[in-house]
Amino acid sequence: MDFSDTPEEASFRAEARAWLEANAEPLGPGESPYRTTEREGEGVIAEAQAWQATKKDAGWTCLTWPVEYGGRAATSIQSVIWGQEEAKFRTPPNIFSIGTGMLGPTLMAHGTEEQKARYLPTMARGDEVWCQLFSEPGAGSDLAGLRTSAVRDGDEWIINGQKSWTTGAQYSKWGMIVTRSDQNAVKHAGLTYFIVDMEAPGVDIRPIKQINGGSGFNEVFFNDVRVPDSYRVGGEGDGWRVSITTLMNERASIGGGGGAVGLNELIRLAKQVDAYQDSAVRQRIADFYIIRKGLQYTGYRTLTALSRGQTPGPESSIGKLIGAPLGQDMATFAVELMGEAGGAMGVDAYGTDDAWQEAYLGSPGMRIAGGTDEILRNIIAERVLRLPPEMRVDKEIPFRDIPTGPAK
Amino acid sequence: MNLDFSEEQKLLAKTARDYLADHSPLSVCREVLESSERYKEELWKGAAEMGWLGTAVPEEYGGAGFTHLELAVVAEEIGRALAPIPFSSSVYLASEALLLAGKAEQKSAYLPRLVSGELIGTLAVAERAGQTTEASIETTFARGVLNGTKAPVPDGDIAGLAVVAAREPSGAATLVLVDLSGPGVEQTALESIDPSRCLGQLTFTDAPAELLGGSGEGWALIERIQDRAAVLLAFEQLGGAERAFEITREYAMGRYAFGRPIASFQALKHRMADVWAALQLARSNCYFGAYALSNAADELPVAACAARVSASEAFELASQEMIQIHGGVGYTWEYDCHLFYRRAKLQAVTLGSPSAWKEKLIQRLEESQA
Repeated sequence: MDFSDTPEEASFRAEARAWLEANAEPLGPGESPYRTTEREGEGVIAEAQAWQATKKDAGWTCLTWPVEYGGRAATSIQSVIWGQEEAKFRTPPNIFSIGTGMLGPTLMAHGTEEQKARYLPTMARGDEVWCQLFSEPGAGSDLAGLRTSAVRDGDEWIINGQKSWTTGAQYSKWGMIVTRSDQNAVKHAGLTYFIVDMEAPGVDIRPIKQINGGSGFNEVFFNDVRVPDSYRVGGEGDGWRVSITTLMNERASIGGGGGAVGLNELIRLAKQVDAYQDSAVRQRIADFYIIRKGLQYTGYRTLTALSRGQTPGPESSIGKLIGAPLGQDMATFAVELMGEAGGAMGVDAYGTDDAWQEAYLGSPGMRIAGGTDEILRNIIAERVLRLPPEMRVDKEIPFRDIPTGPAK
Repeated sequence: MNLDFSEEQKLLAKTARDYLADHSPLSVCREVLESSERYKEELWKGAAEMGWLGTAVPEEYGGAGFTHLELAVVAEEIGRALAPIPFSSSVYLASEALLLAGKAEQKSAYLPRLVSGELIGTLAVAERAGQTTEASIETTFARGVLNGTKAPVPDGDIAGLAVVAAREPSGAATLVLVDLSGPGVEQTALESIDPSRCLGQLTFTDAPAELLGGSGEGWALIERIQDRAAVLLAFEQLGGAERAFEITREYAMGRYAFGRPIASFQALKHRMADVWAALQLARSNCYFGAYALSNAADELPVAACAARVSASEAFELASQEMIQIHGGVGYTWEYDCHLFYRRAKLQAVTLGSPSAWKEKLIQRLEESQA
């Protein structure tokens, strides 16, 4: 056991670090990167795209991708090392990860050669931003219950319906959408996956206002949006298989999760409000610390596997399953520590700031996005522990006959 | 980055697992639990022959001269088997105390006999209910003799050597070595919540004893011994938790209710996913603890707390869920669930309970930040 790099890893880290030092400013002590609520401004998008292009031109994006698609065929551990080093510098938010982390790999696995050659290099460079159009108002955890329809019309498809929880739709050039192309097939067999031009006529993007007042997501309406058949990814009716590739990559890229505000801040707060000597407070902080460390070292074990060339599987779901509720618990506890002042936002007068109230309001979303706590438990139960799958009542009937509400 | 055991260490674990599967099935734990037998002597001899008792003891004292990483993998297997032997007391407490603080003569006098299994050792700290602190020690050591009562002492009834926490006339806590076969020592067995593991009471009346470590170093030394033992015991707990979980999973797959395996019910799948997650966190904290222990890293005092608490909680959760998921039969004497439930609680309070370790963790974080 040791945490040092192998000689190859160390030289790769030195190379990454040297490039970053020449091209970016290191973060100051205690300085945090952008907050997620600062993602939306147009200036930020342009800045993010400029940084992505600079990185790409020097070979520092999509490191694990093949060279012909814009990567450098690096190993997974090299990609992690790059991420660790980049995180030490002041950089714009990464608005490309849905494309580069999830959609790109999907295209590589299921796309045609023409599609890969056309889209992957510009995706890697950030010239074109991508979004993912999966969830719908009636299809979240039960994603395969989606209803946005695609109807064939000659060499084109006509898409109608509503997608939801789409991050970055407003600044994306392209989307990847999964649609229902056959109402008569059984649920999972009637889906087809497409690339869609987000600037096409009939695409209507509206921000969703979240409980914390932010709008990191959109709902996207499709009204007779025409998509050429050459935009189809995978076969007709093969959309579920293609979607699974995207989702597998999503879980790998969401990873840790949890509150943005940390343990040291919680300890500082406890001291500030004279609660740090209270045994009940100390016990809670110890609990948080131990879980946090357990997650951190679980991450080390994953890196160990990556370093040995192994691929982490569904067990990586633990990062979000534990991290997201931990973030909520810590924020809830912190606001409680403030006493009555916890009810006030932005309270310089009370000697605390409102980062914890923000974390409190933001944290419920982390337990839902990218697979709810419950879905993650199902994944662990079924794919790690190999327990039997859920009993399904919608399995062998045509999609159009599946009940959608209480019988009238 | 490498937070994992080596291939050689994993091979050692496999050898230990195979040996224990043959020589320490759960029926062996049950035999001790149900009889007046205090521990399984043949298994203890076998563990000595396998070289486990001296895993991390230098060769000059008869040990194998490995690191604590090798001892950790053996500990996990001992824990998996619920082996009814005084491994933790003799190896993690007594031998480790001698290695840490013993003079050369003391090491030569006792370590070879501890390694061969001929002598069983332990550490005697607690005196009454409640958390033991430096201030709560009443046993006295003066003019070379010990007076007072220690209870409960893990394996105190079967040990031949005890490292005892006492108070000197100056008031300072100190550690002493006592030959329990000598005069002035009364050894009695206490009933254990886990009768497959021994607890005893030691009463000293002018019992001859010798200092272990410097005079007045006692409390700091006890904490250092307990930190090291905490990591090793955490591996036993991890092993026990994992075994409990495997048995639970298998039972849930085979037990049918409402026409389907109970493992197919989401209520139980989610409980099992939670146990699995607790086990993963505990394993990760244990691995970091093993790293800190074997490298004598500055992080050890904090890492020991994290390993100790998360392994205690994981084992307690796994054993509670084991009974719950088994349902009625899980509450019968006949099924093995209670072996785990008992062992989990005994191990969670040996060395001080999780809440005491959480408080220690916070104090140590404060010290490291001061």
